[in-house]
Amino acid sequence: MTRPGAGTTARDEPPRTGKGPRRQTGRHVLLAGIALLWLVPLLWAVYTSLRPYSDTAKHGYLSWPRSLSLGNFTDAWQQSGMPHFFWNSVLITVPAVLGTLLFSAAVAFFVSRFDFRWNIVLLMLFTAGNLLPAQVLITPLYRLYLLIPLPPWMSDSLLLYNSVWGIIAIHIAYQSGFCTFVLSNYMKTIPKEISEAALVDGAPVWRQFFQIVLPLCRPAFAALATLESIWIYNDFFWPLALIETGDKRPVTSALANLQGQYFTNPNLIAAGALMTAIPTLLVYFALQRQFISGLTIGSGKG
Amino acid sequence: MSTTPVTPAAPGTPGVPQRPRTRPPRRPRRLGPGDRLFLTVAIGIPLAALLFFVWLPALASLGLSFTTWDGIDLADIHWIGLDNYQQIFTNYPPFWPAVRHNVIWLLFTALLPTPFGIFLAYQLDRKIRFTRIYQTAIFLPMVLSLAVVGFIWEIIYNPDTGLLNGLLSAAGSSHHIDWLGNADLNLWAVLVASGWRHTGYIMILYLAGLKGFDPALKEAAALDGANGRQTFLRVVFPAMKPVNIIILVVTVMESLRAFDIVYVLGGGVGSKPGMELLSLLITDNIIGESSHIGYGSALAVVLLLVSLAAIGTFLVQTFRKEDR
Repeated sequence: MTRPGAGTTARDEPPRTGKGPRRQTGRHVLLAGIALLWLVPLLWAVYTSLRPYSDTAKHGYLSWPRSLSLGNFTDAWQQSGMPHFFWNSVLITVPAVLGTLLFSAAVAFFVSRFDFRWNIVLLMLFTAGNLLPAQVLITPLYRLYLLIPLPPWMSDSLLLYNSVWGIIAIHIAYQSGFCTFVLSNYMKTIPKEISEAALVDGAPVWRQFFQIVLPLCRPAFAALATLESIWIYNDFFWPLALIETGDKRPVTSALANLQGQYFTNPNLIAAGALMTAIPTLLVYFALQRQFISGLTIGSGKG
Repeated sequence: MSTTPVTPAAPGTPGVPQRPRTRPPRRPRRLGPGDRLFLTVAIGIPLAALLFFVWLPALASLGLSFTTWDGIDLADIHWIGLDNYQQIFTNYPPFWPAVRHNVIWLLFTALLPTPFGIFLAYQLDRKIRFTRIYQTAIFLPMVLSLAVVGFIWEIIYNPDTGLLNGLLSAAGSSHHIDWLGNADLNLWAVLVASGWRHTGYIMILYLAGLKGFDPALKEAAALDGANGRQTFLRVVFPAMKPVNIIILVVTVMESLRAFDIVYVLGGGVGSKPGMELLSLLITDNIIGESSHIGYGSALAVVLLLVSLAAIGTFLVQTFRKEDR
């Protein structure tokens, strides 16, 4: 497999040192081209959403704009009740993320700091649970939700079905698998001497958990909170199957209503879709580092 | 993406080496009754939630797959043994197309976006300028929900108003292609959209893995006269085994779970010809007016068994080291 150019390539290879200006340029052209290509769908959606429907109807979508405005965004915001759906998303996402982190921290603490016999089994049970396809659970879950009563102040359907609590519950149960896996790996790196010292001082286990281990896990929590917020906010399937009334759905699932309602007006739909993506984009750009490390601490073990 | 305290390369503080797990001398742990109560509650509640909301339904799906039920009255559940499976395999027209499409989905994702993401990661893992910008652009689709990705591609594929047909007619072609309506094309159209998202995911995972890669190995390979491709194939790639396994699992699981994007691009409930997938068939059978719970569950079990093969591989690979 030795090609004539092998020598020059090899000289480029030692990382962080070789410059090789020609290769560098070639690489930049390639990467910039790919990056641009990757942005095209998104930019096209932005362009579509900024044009009034009348303009595109008359001149076609592939045309120079006569005018650009945020009109579709204000229309989608006002006509389809987006503020309401956003609020639903907040009501689901915030408790679900907090619950997931608390639950998985407790399990991770247990499996990583104590030598009980069933630790590995427990950890596997949680990790595997997160990997099950949602469709495998949905039929019995749906039935289960119809059987579980809730008091009126929690749900006006009086059932777990058709209530935000049901969505929060399944998110917590399902997502705690991933977070437990990540947090237990993280907690194993905290020297045991720290909690042993606390034990000698007579600190009970709950204090070790809340006052020693949890604060030390702050970076992992930041990463997981970012990641889980986006995942849970973006989720589409659970509310679709477990919430009957359209107006209780979070914004991602409600988008489907919008599409049904305005399917003839792609400009408005583009605006609506982009609007639902704004919170995740903001979170991503603000917390990019946390987001990516959250994705990768799960994979970095080995 | 500079180093953070939680990058995979440095899971602990640098000064503290990973201690080998010493088992026997760990006895002086005296847990008082309060401690035991706390631990029981701390593990009990999450475990109960997991078992009740995740594992119980998974097992119940298995049970229901041997029954016939219209989903209304619990008393109407009747045990019919393997009939559902026999029906599905022999007498349910969308089943085999769905299996075929799931396999195509897996092969496509494994052969195009996954290697491409690895290639991009390898290109980006050098000190070159703008690398952050390139990474962000390619990773951005991953931040969007699959539903939003679906809507974005909808306005590209739309036969009348979409970008693709607009470009084709601007290029002088008189073909009017219904990308999502044509049963021979629509799966591929959806795969492009899904690959658009998947590439960035793989790229970021691999990039994180490469950061933990010992550069000395690469230098040694270069000194031995290996070229770029040889270095990658013979040195870097094999050394990245843990990340490769994660990527394999992610790819398999994403292919099996594919739902949202097809749901949106296919226009909602009801599998469209050419776009049948197991996940959609399950939903069709349980959500529609005439629910065939037994059918849906049998389909779910087929999906479950395939998934468990992937999950099992992952668990064995991940936990084998610790079990010793």
